[in-house]
Amino acid sequence: MSKQQQHWEKTRGLLIMTLAIWFIFSIGIFLFGAEMNEVTGPFGYPWTYWFTCQGSLGIFVILIFWFANRQEKIDEEFGFSEREDD
Amino acid sequence: MIKGNFIDNLPKVYGIYTGGFLGFIIIMAIGEQMGMSAKAIGIAFVAFTVAIYAIIGYLSRTAQADAYYVAGRQVPTVFNGMATAADWMSGASFVAMAGGIYFKGYGYMALLVGWTGGYVLVASLLAPYLRKFGCYTVPDFIGTRYGGNLTRFLAVVVLTVASFTYVTAQINATGTIASVALDIPFQYAVYVGLVSILLCSMLGGMRGVTWTQVAQYIVLIVAYLLPVFWISNKMGAGFFPHFMLADEVARIGELEQQFGFVKNSAADLANVPKGLAGITKAHSAVNATPWAFISLALAMMMGTASLPHVMMRYFTTPSVKAARKSVGWSLFFIFLLYSSAPMLATLSKLSLIDPSLPTGIIGKSIAEVQAIDWYQNWNSANLMFVSDFNGNGTLELNEFFMGGKAVVLATPEIAGLPYVISGLVAAGGMAAAMSTADGLILAIANAISHDVYYKIIDPKAETAKRLVVARVLLVVIGFAGATIAAMEIQGILGSVIWAFDFAMSGLFFPLVLGVWWKRANKEGAIAGMSLGLLSGLGYLIWVRNGGSGFLGITQLTFGIFGSAVSLVAMVVVSLMTSEPSAATQKMVDEVRVPSGKSILGRQH
Repeated sequence: MSKQQQHWEKTRGLLIMTLAIWFIFSIGIFLFGAEMNEVTGPFGYPWTYWFTCQGSLGIFVILIFWFANRQEKIDEEFGFSEREDD
Repeated sequence: MIKGNFIDNLPKVYGIYTGGFLGFIIIMAIGEQMGMSAKAIGIAFVAFTVAIYAIIGYLSRTAQADAYYVAGRQVPTVFNGMATAADWMSGASFVAMAGGIYFKGYGYMALLVGWTGGYVLVASLLAPYLRKFGCYTVPDFIGTRYGGNLTRFLAVVVLTVASFTYVTAQINATGTIASVALDIPFQYAVYVGLVSILLCSMLGGMRGVTWTQVAQYIVLIVAYLLPVFWISNKMGAGFFPHFMLADEVARIGELEQQFGFVKNSAADLANVPKGLAGITKAHSAVNATPWAFISLALAMMMGTASLPHVMMRYFTTPSVKAARKSVGWSLFFIFLLYSSAPMLATLSKLSLIDPSLPTGIIGKSIAEVQAIDWYQNWNSANLMFVSDFNGNGTLELNEFFMGGKAVVLATPEIAGLPYVISGLVAAGGMAAAMSTADGLILAIANAISHDVYYKIIDPKAETAKRLVVARVLLVVIGFAGATIAAMEIQGILGSVIWAFDFAMSGLFFPLVLGVWWKRANKEGAIAGMSLGLLSGLGYLIWVRNGGSGFLGITQLTFGIFGSAVSLVAMVVVSLMTSEPSAATQKMVDEVRVPSGKSILGRQH
């Protein structure tokens, strides 16, 4: 397998992981919205309410930065990262 | 003056700008104490901020194609994040969202999740790859990846349908705010709004829009957060509302139980002015089925990843790496406002319905409420209404009605904040609507000037001529949008949601598969874009004309149907026709690697 193919394999792996986390917090948990809202969560808000106000939103922010860092590592590993002065 | 050393000095420049803006707020506050009228404060806020944007627009003027189309590809990560946040948060986010949450509760909060979750798709599926591609516009990518003028043209059609639906709503919003703040009729205010919008973008194109959007973000975020924190502190709800309103949320639930949701008769409701709503849904309880919530969130997420005015912001970063990080910063800056909207809705609702608070009006006598100053103001603006349906002389929960916009616009006044805050909020709403309108009009005009005029009609045109065409189109499209906005066909929020559905119907899969599926070919893309858009539009027309729909897909989520058709059409047709040429496949391979030259030249 060429360097480029290996790089793409890893990139695709990261994509799947990122989308899985994305799926859980944008779709998965809201399948159980009614049940989850019965329980008190962070700062005393009901769980579902908290996820819609802050939780999911904040997780998306962190997820994107995490994804960007991981992808940079993958690019560096294969020597595909851009030069700084690019 | 704007080149090179301007980029290095950005933090300083915008630091001084922010300080100046805060100073202006303080001067206005002093002016109010010294007897400056409410109207003068409103005019000063709107005129001062718009003048600043116009100056930035003028200083950013350019005669180079890459500066005009992609701001010279040198916008630093964090600043591009701010510009994207302003580009993204429209009049709907600023003025209408808190109101939607206020009235509809959980079912509406799907929009919060959808309008943020979409950025994960932008960051992971598209933005870095389109940046590597080096295109000027989204149809530029479609046209080069799939080949042929027809694919390019179809992408322009989808882009125009979606963005134009969106932009009329934004011009409408600038008109609404300008008409209130400057006290002129809406029909004229729309054109005042339009001229302000064009001042930012006409001379500098994307470069002008970028630097005004950063300035607009600073205004809109200050204008949104300051009242939320102030009200929360004034009510004693907590100095950091986001982490401290659990008791208030619970208290609203208690009061809802105590008052109950009484259903009004149709005859009673006929007296309520159009556009106003009562509180009929629980504040924090789950009041929508999982599918209703998820389908709306999903439609908004896929729409986010297909809207060209957002995507083209990531064409302006210096590198692929910067494009990825920049998506994160964009969402962070959006998060600051979105996480505050439910808090504002909570504070606003509690301050009105809790009888134990001095601002509470439920349980007071109707006559007493009608005598309150702010009630009279907002009643005459057609944004507030009470009526004694049951004739007991006391205001009940079901007898109080308010316009969605009033939650953001009127709450500072209701909570007893000085008028300077209301002026600030008007300037913030104006900034939000203007920045989005600029991004959208530029997206349409650039697509038509670059992809239709330059790439299809006259590929030999010189840069100077191309930029003249681009600017003429900008003005024409702006005026067309303003003319339709002046007719007031539909509300702000409804048309914004439709824009997302149109974009995802026609563009989501052709964009994503263009990067992630090498086998996708020209014929498939043509089928995907045309059938996706047509089936989405057909479904919308069908449901609007009394059609029952299926699978719970409504007129707000028709993009789910459109994009499903688009996906199936694209895969089936691609597999039935021959695979893309070796050159195209090699191009896709190159797009997937961040380093090296972009596919399209720096000037093209």
